[in-house]
Amino acid sequence: MQPPALGHRDRLLTLVSTGLLLFFLWWAENYTSDYTIRILNQIAIFIILAVSYNVINGIAGQFSLEPNAFLAIGAYTSAIITLSPEEKARSFIIEPMVWPLSQLHASFPVSLLAAGFVTAFFALLMAIPVFRVRGDYLAIVTLGFGEVIHVVASNLVKVTNGPLGLKGLPAYTNLWWSWGICIATVFCIVRLVNSSYGRAMKAVREDETAAQAMGINAFRIKTLAFTLSGFFEGVAGGLLAHLITTISPSLFTFMFTFNLLIIIVIGGLGSTTGSILAAVLITAGGEFLRFVEEPMTILGFHYEGIPGMRMVIFSMSLIGVMILAPRGIMGRNEFTWQKFFDIVRKLRAGRQGR
Amino acid sequence: MDPNYALQQIVFGLTLGCFYALLAIGYTMVYGVLRLINFAHGDLLMVAAYIAFFAIFIFHLPWYASFFIAILLTGFLGYLIDRGAYRPIRRSPRIGALITAIGISFLLENLGIVLIGGRPKSFPSPKIFSGTFTVAHIQIPWLSVWIFVVTIALLFLVAYIVYRSRVGIAMRAISRDIETVLLMGVDVNSVISFTFVLGSVLAAFGGIMWCLKYPALEPFVGVIPGLKAFVAAVLGGIGNVVGAAVGGMILGLAEVLIVAIQPDWSGYRDAIAFCILIVLLLTRPTGIMGEPLSD
Repeated sequence: MQPPALGHRDRLLTLVSTGLLLFFLWWAENYTSDYTIRILNQIAIFIILAVSYNVINGIAGQFSLEPNAFLAIGAYTSAIITLSPEEKARSFIIEPMVWPLSQLHASFPVSLLAAGFVTAFFALLMAIPVFRVRGDYLAIVTLGFGEVIHVVASNLVKVTNGPLGLKGLPAYTNLWWSWGICIATVFCIVRLVNSSYGRAMKAVREDETAAQAMGINAFRIKTLAFTLSGFFEGVAGGLLAHLITTISPSLFTFMFTFNLLIIIVIGGLGSTTGSILAAVLITAGGEFLRFVEEPMTILGFHYEGIPGMRMVIFSMSLIGVMILAPRGIMGRNEFTWQKFFDIVRKLRAGRQGR
Repeated sequence: MDPNYALQQIVFGLTLGCFYALLAIGYTMVYGVLRLINFAHGDLLMVAAYIAFFAIFIFHLPWYASFFIAILLTGFLGYLIDRGAYRPIRRSPRIGALITAIGISFLLENLGIVLIGGRPKSFPSPKIFSGTFTVAHIQIPWLSVWIFVVTIALLFLVAYIVYRSRVGIAMRAISRDIETVLLMGVDVNSVISFTFVLGSVLAAFGGIMWCLKYPALEPFVGVIPGLKAFVAAVLGGIGNVVGAAVGGMILGLAEVLIVAIQPDWSGYRDAIAFCILIVLLLTRPTGIMGEPLSD
């Protein structure tokens, strides 16, 4: 089944709404607080992460737990590239950095691309042993890989500066970089999902044996999905590193992966639209939920903040969604302008009928 | 290398191997029946250790009574998890069960932080488990003997249940074809619940033993042993109870001996299991004693 080609009207509407988004960003950059801008940057990075994580988990149906590891690889790669040789000499106090890396210096866009490719390379290295057997092991291999990245980042002092981490990164990430890459990522992934490759991924998700009988090379398709996810997650790691400007091994914990898992499950596994919606919702909502960890007084009861309560709420909501509404917000449906107008028309008809 | 030193390291390796074996048996049993990687297995270990800790320090029970209560309550928790979280989604696609398992694992860890706090607690060590004795210049901790005895005993018990008892026949039948088993009138839900309870009891034994050896008890204590136990289970051939024990032994020996030979690598110790897993998947994905995978 061929997806309907984008009509003139739809293309125009997409362009106009992208323009509106850019106008909003311009407004936000000039007329809102630093805090708002920071959250907007975070939202963009989380959209990139959620949409690409959804490719392997939702579209190709292979359960994987890699984002924190891939974020770390991307962040370290791009940070090592953008730090100037003088800055590196200054911050590597335990042991000096190894030679070619210590002189490496390039611009921000180059470092982001490098972050993407290095991460994709690691994804490929993991995909080959795992998908030769069966997808089941992917979860445990990626979970273990997250631990290994932590161990390596703490011990390979000559490259990563060990537990001290890398400090003083230039704060290159602004709204234009983060949202520009975010829009580009969403565009690429939507095109991918609607291509023959995307349909092959969905076929593998539904029934691997049947897909193979139809001539789909399941190993190649799964590897492609995982490597692509890796590429975009690596780029997001680079963006994140230059947003917070200090990275260390303890930053990239499993918490990141867990947050993303919640996002794609609540959005609806397999729906890019759902991933975007939930990324916005959860990132903004997560900021809002910080109040449960702070001391406050409700109706005369003094309530000491409970650290960790946010994660308890998150994990309970994940289990709850899986049991009660496993399809999430969007199910596997996507947003199209046609559906949007259908809904508008229905609403208007309902109003006139009254 | 000095032969005494080598033998001493082998003793340490076998001790660690027994821990991994004990945990891997529970992992492999649940996976064998349900084809579900039970991520919460390592966290049940943590729960059991905390229950034992509080029974000793708050209720002042003797160690054997508190260990018994910890094992019992952890088994019950395993039942609750199956009943509350896994049973409602048994019919949905497998990815749903995996996500729920991750959710439960994370829930247990963070409940631990909220209820008990993240500061490590020092697990008590009853006299009977401490001290060492010397055989031919090699020091052997009494705890090593205990863990060896407990692991072998539980291995025989589980092997008997899985391969000889009626419920074991049902468990193995469910792992082959759940639809047909349902048609045969087997109460699939209770068999699966039983599997979870047994798996949790094994995790509880492992958790108490683990904390006797490494007494710093904190909510994330089960994560790394849980991961390694899974590697051990794959190494032995996932689903195979005896294989899991063999895999655990090999993994424990490998970790201790590699660090003994190359002390520089001690920082990378936790990465060894992962490298073994990757090499294994490339060369012999069915493990040492596993049957060929059907799908």
